[in-house]
Amino acid sequence: MQLTLGPVLYHWKPDIWRDFYYRIADEAPVDIVSIGETVCSKRAPFYADSLPPVVERLERAGKAVQLSSYALVSQERERKAMEALVREARHPVEVNDVSSLAHMDGKPHVIGPFVNTYNEGTARYLASLGATRITLPPELPLESVTAIAAGCPEVIVEVFAFGRMPLAISARCYHARLHKHSKDNCRFVCELDPDGLEVDTLKGEKFLSVNGVQTLSFACSNLLPHLGALREGGVKALRLSPQHCDMAAIARVYRDAVDGRLDIPEAVAECRRIYPDVPFADGFSLGAPGAEWKATFARVNGVEERL
Amino acid sequence: MESSRSSVPTIPGFLGKVMKPLPLAPLQPLLAMCIRAALKKHPRIFDRLDTYADKRFGLNPTDLPFAFVLEPRRQNASAQAVRELPDGLDVKITGPFFALMGLADGYYDGDALFFSRDLTVEGDMEAVVALRNALDDAKIDFPELFAANLGPFAPAAEKATRAALELLRGRRENPTYTREEKSWN
Amino acid sequence: MELICPAGTPAAFEAAVDAGADAVYCGYRDATNARNFPGLNFSYQEMRDAVRYAHARRVHVLVAVNTFPKAGQPELWHRAVDEACDAGADALILADIGLLDYAAKKHPKQRLHISVQAAAANPDAIRFYQQAFGVRRVVLPRVLSVHEIAAVAAATTVETEVFVFGGLCVMAEGRCSLSSYATGKSPNMNGVCSPASHVTYADDGDTMVSRLGAFTINVFRRDEAAAYPTLCKGRFVTSAGEGYLFEDPVSLDAASLLPGLKEAGVTALKIEGRQRGRAYIADVVRSFRQALTDLEAGRPVAASGLKAMSEGQSNTEGAYRKTWR
Repeated sequence: MQLTLGPVLYHWKPDIWRDFYYRIADEAPVDIVSIGETVCSKRAPFYADSLPPVVERLERAGKAVQLSSYALVSQERERKAMEALVREARHPVEVNDVSSLAHMDGKPHVIGPFVNTYNEGTARYLASLGATRITLPPELPLESVTAIAAGCPEVIVEVFAFGRMPLAISARCYHARLHKHSKDNCRFVCELDPDGLEVDTLKGEKFLSVNGVQTLSFACSNLLPHLGALREGGVKALRLSPQHCDMAAIARVYRDAVDGRLDIPEAVAECRRIYPDVPFADGFSLGAPGAEWKATFARVNGVEERL
Repeated sequence: MESSRSSVPTIPGFLGKVMKPLPLAPLQPLLAMCIRAALKKHPRIFDRLDTYADKRFGLNPTDLPFAFVLEPRRQNASAQAVRELPDGLDVKITGPFFALMGLADGYYDGDALFFSRDLTVEGDMEAVVALRNALDDAKIDFPELFAANLGPFAPAAEKATRAALELLRGRRENPTYTREEKSWN
Repeated sequence: MELICPAGTPAAFEAAVDAGADAVYCGYRDATNARNFPGLNFSYQEMRDAVRYAHARRVHVLVAVNTFPKAGQPELWHRAVDEACDAGADALILADIGLLDYAAKKHPKQRLHISVQAAAANPDAIRFYQQAFGVRRVVLPRVLSVHEIAAVAAATTVETEVFVFGGLCVMAEGRCSLSSYATGKSPNMNGVCSPASHVTYADDGDTMVSRLGAFTINVFRRDEAAAYPTLCKGRFVTSAGEGYLFEDPVSLDAASLLPGLKEAGVTALKIEGRQRGRAYIADVVRSFRQALTDLEAGRPVAASGLKAMSEGQSNTEGAYRKTWR
């Protein structure tokens, strides 16, 4: 089972962003790192200078690098940027919007979680265009994941295992709207919330988090309890999506759990220690509301316990 | 956001008071006749209601001194007038009589009635949606239903009921339109 | 420009045709379409009857099979495609790449449209669908301004269809899992958003609380216009305060933008609302038919006067008129 570090979805300060990836290169036992602005094209210039040295350091550390792309492409400069990315990339591009496929021309690439791969028919079609790896949308239940892996053995199936789940993307920037700025003059207020802005209901239930034009879950996906089912279902890679916590440590926990050096309840407890204030969720995997944490674990005496 | 003033007519308060002491018994056969006629004429209602045909729907007109319990079962469908809605209903829909009637015959758009707060709905929302869609598709014509069993008097009764209904409902109007300049940001 | 109108039942279908629709779009009574609500939509036979009714009046029928087939069980979706072609549908509205592939191979002569659920928001995406599956029309996502629509229409030979009235998604359509996060049911997989099965209203006399699954979506005062608890149109709390974080409960009304849309080269105008009653359908279709007649005759287009039909009883021109560009 491979571990993939997904792109940083938030707007982190450039030096923090760079140091984060240096640390990943040096300390995180991940096989693949997908990197590059995915959520808002306006943020991309902030990371342009750091990107080459970061990629070099990751590769020197033995990580395979994928270049992530925009999840929503509506403006002309965004189209051009994606066309240039596909044309010039020395690494596989992670396609997050169907429009980037128009530039691919048979080039091997990977499909990110923002493309709607809901079934084996779509997976096979994408594979026929050169996709070698597909990260499935977070809302897919394990049953569907298994059917896709079985129906499309030619690609590596990856699932979104850890991190706040991306739920929606919009033309409207909620950070700008909340701070009463226009989107064009947003002053990059999303930078104030490096782990997303918490959204509660009027009755105080913790619900969502906002990251500029993107809406994510409040809860953090954690599929460690389903490791066995994922493996049996043909999943070959797990995606860890960066949160504002010690992601190298999260990667180590996942690596140890995958390799059988750490049992699941301990691994989940470890994750909780590393990322303490956000509840875990696995509801999507079971076809339940995505916000729910359903995981149970059978102790030796056969008693099911909540994790 | 303030809701615009309702365009649904209400039955005047004094009429409601006048009706209060009246017995409900004479109403029952009329209701029974209407629902049987409606379901016989519009069997597609059952298709659309599907499993929700087994639910019990309470209709609570706010401007009448009684309410209705509707059970649109395939076998033995019933509609009954009651002084007060019993407990244990699957669905309760509350609003002016003409709003409820307009929902049933598609005169009003159910969503619009809800948005304007003319109607409130409680209980099994799927059942509400199924009933609304089934009724909307059926194009129920109350004057025709009412007159259906009146034999030779049917045409005259239908005509009179239709005229009365049109008069009571008034002209359906959409509130004056004011465009709101909302920025999309 | 063509007027494309919704229908959720045969009665609404006839209302749309009679009120002046050029084409009516509708779907089957199962999870294959994005308005999979109780009591709504068409049996295979009802669809055949509807096609006959429409064709006799020179009105087109567009069949939406616009959810994403369940992995391992595509048969229901394949059957919907086959059945719609056989019934004489003038076009199929599809969103899933695998299903487009199936339809294009199995029914190469059938006209295919890209559903708004496919979120084809730019000329490259449209070109992809055109080259891959020969699609003839794209329903554009409601995230574009009129200016951007014009640019898209100019850059492609695929016809463009845009929404002009009705419910409004503030999120990119077909790319939203908010509903399944709260309820387990999503537009893409189940054809429902914020489904009625998970909705509760609690009226305590002074306020009405609307909830979706385990989450409070809104609290209304007695004198406030209500709204269905569609997740993205709720009132929420952040550190910056409380309010309609994503979108106010408003509906789209682009009646005043019709001249601009015509100039932009738009082929067809679409009205949302397959889940709405036939009273809504008749009123909205008639209003837009009049507006189009005025437009073609060079007369000024009157405002639509449809506020009462709208959610929250208030309308917006949405992304079409972006103030931040």
